[in-house]
Amino acid sequence: MPKLIKDKAIADNSWLLMEATDAPETVEVPADAVIVPLNVWLARKQELAGRIATLGVWLNSDQFADQLGEEAQQLPLVAVNFPGFMDGRGFSTARLLRERYGFTGELRAVGSIIRDQLFFLQRCGFNSFDLPEGADLEAALNSFSDFSETYQAAVDQPLPLFRRRA
Amino acid sequence: MYQYDEYDHRIIRDRVAQFRGQTERYLAGELKDEEFLPLRLQNGLYIQRLAPMLRINVPYGMLSSTQLRKLAHIARTYDKGYCHITTRQNVQFNWPELEEVPEILAELAEVEMHGIQSSGSCIRNVTSDQFAGIASDEVVDPRPYCEIIRQWSTFHPEFAFLPRKFKIAVTGSDNDRAAVQVHDIGLQVVRSDAGDTGFRVFVGGGLGRTPVIGSLIRDFLPEAHLLSYLEAILRVYNQLGRRDNKYKARIKILVKALGAEAFGAKVEAEFAHLQDGPITLTGEEIGRAQRFFPTLPYQSLDNAADALLQQQAAEAPAFGKWLTRNVGEHRQPGYATVTLSLKPTGVAPGDLTDGQLEAIADLADQYSFGEVRTTHEQNIVLGEVEKSKLFDVWQAARAQGFATPNIGTLNDMICCPGGDFCSLANAKSIPIAESIQRQFDDLDYLYDLGDLDLNISGCMNACGHHHVGHIGILGVDKKGEEFYQIQLGGNAGTDVSLGSVLGPAFGAEEIPSVIQKLVDIYVDKRVEGERFIDTYRRVGVDPFKEKVYAKAD
Ligand code: SF4
Repeated sequence: MPKLIKDKAIADNSWLLMEATDAPETVEVPADAVIVPLNVWLARKQELAGRIATLGVWLNSDQFADQLGEEAQQLPLVAVNFPGFMDGRGFSTARLLRERYGFTGELRAVGSIIRDQLFFLQRCGFNSFDLPEGADLEAALNSFSDFSETYQAAVDQPLPLFRRRA
Repeated sequence: MYQYDEYDHRIIRDRVAQFRGQTERYLAGELKDEEFLPLRLQNGLYIQRLAPMLRINVPYGMLSSTQLRKLAHIARTYDKGYCHITTRQNVQFNWPELEEVPEILAELAEVEMHGIQSSGSCIRNVTSDQFAGIASDEVVDPRPYCEIIRQWSTFHPEFAFLPRKFKIAVTGSDNDRAAVQVHDIGLQVVRSDAGDTGFRVFVGGGLGRTPVIGSLIRDFLPEAHLLSYLEAILRVYNQLGRRDNKYKARIKILVKALGAEAFGAKVEAEFAHLQDGPITLTGEEIGRAQRFFPTLPYQSLDNAADALLQQQAAEAPAFGKWLTRNVGEHRQPGYATVTLSLKPTGVAPGDLTDGQLEAIADLADQYSFGEVRTTHEQNIVLGEVEKSKLFDVWQAARAQGFATPNIGTLNDMICCPGGDFCSLANAKSIPIAESIQRQFDDLDYLYDLGDLDLNISGCMNACGHHHVGHIGILGVDKKGEEFYQIQLGGNAGTDVSLGSVLGPAFGAEEIPSVIQKLVDIYVDKRVEGERFIDTYRRVGVDPFKEKVYAKAD
């Protein structure tokens, strides 16, 4: 089974990531645990509600958190795609899902992320990371401790340093 | 000035270790070029025409003598014995070895300096007024807010991969010396009628290939909401800024596309969510930041030294010239500001040797409470000099070559590194600066011309701020040859304006005589007390154009 990083440990990836589709109404949704594109979810919410325990939704970098809104709370998993690692829109999406829309399930970063982004990604609320093939996951784990202190408030630390400074 | 506590030190040390690891992985082939690129950029490391270039932040221009001595040591040990003051108040080294950069950063961390986010698509070093805290026309000292912004923006997890670079400038005076209206965000600290402190917020200004003057989107933002409002602006930009074309990726393009009002509405909508959240500034935090910028332990003096200065100026006319051009008002009686000119003819504007850095450190310790300020005009300011010591300072500065009494004149030009160093350049800029300085080598004549901003950029990225020079010079490439376009009518102050192109570009050898003609027209047309820019605004471009492009008989 393919591996990823979840909750700062290497874990099995049991979710299938469904490709983007132009036919959201008709495309076949696999029965196994699957992460569907946002448009499939939007088109077939009612139908998919029956199998919600094995259903995730993924947002592309130009699809924002408000398109899922508080409905995200029903889902066990939301993924955000990074088409290129320099495309930083997903950082805002993650914070909004966590901080504004109350999403508490697994928040997964997929696509072209690199190890050196893990610290910031987890600060923004991601807790699972599907790194590109060939990435050294064991080594990547070290990047979660790149910094031992931070200035800003974010998902992992809701108080900015200035409210905590001794 | 701000001093790190254990938290700040820890964050910077962690960064040094992180970058050391990244460099090792890169050198070992584990990190691809395109992956290492943004990582090194976010530490200030470029690969330039000849060698790597390392840019070190000088937060809002404040430097201590300890930091100056460390920069001197780095220039000597890791570079060719000099460094360069940039048009964003930062310091650049042009010749470091990639392998040694982690070591340089470790040394800098000891003196509370770093290159974090000094390049790359992220929030850059915040800039300010070089006379912050000492200007007699200042309303509020902007530096505590600059420091609060510095901390908020350093490793902000959400905004490390923006569509493009992002620059914030803060002024605390009505007379804007920080050019806030040509920044991605410009802040002016103000006091309301009720005596509350807040900000006027400009967004979407910038130079570069599409110069734009910023739009005012908030007339009064209470100080407590500073960070929430900045976060709202950045979030809107991070989500909606264009990422398909790097020439259209700056926030100014987004603000233009949406219209300032619609953009402002989006910011306000986002701000409504963030307002009163945990990043609302507390009175204690603002107070903490302010305590680092106290009123210095000044002697209680009156302006009795003025008579002495007059006498000294009469005896040494060269000192008198320096007093007029390089010495400025201070809010504290008996004190003055001194601008050390880094523009003597024949030296690349803004360059400093290791020995000069140490000499400035000594001057700072002896005469200015151990602090100096870098300026976006690429000079250095001793901010706190007793008037009775000015003559001594002048002599010491002269011995080191930075007493050229040309501040604010045509020869005090802003000039980017250009084709001699920069891999993006279309043309050289340093030799152009020098050729103009040689043309205008008569100081009395220069003084007669008065305040005249001449700014030179080697390409449209506009690091030399040519759009806001009274005279702007832009290097362009015509079929592989270097040419120079002239712009007139720009201004960086409160009455900001962008220059317009005069006409067809010139070859390098023509520039001194072209500038001479422009100046001749000004002298011919000016009325009493008018600066070049005033005359230009009154008479328009035509007389200048006619003279410069007149056919030889
Ligand atoms: S203006 Fe152009 S040539 Fe000059 S430093 Fe900037 S990028 Fe380089």
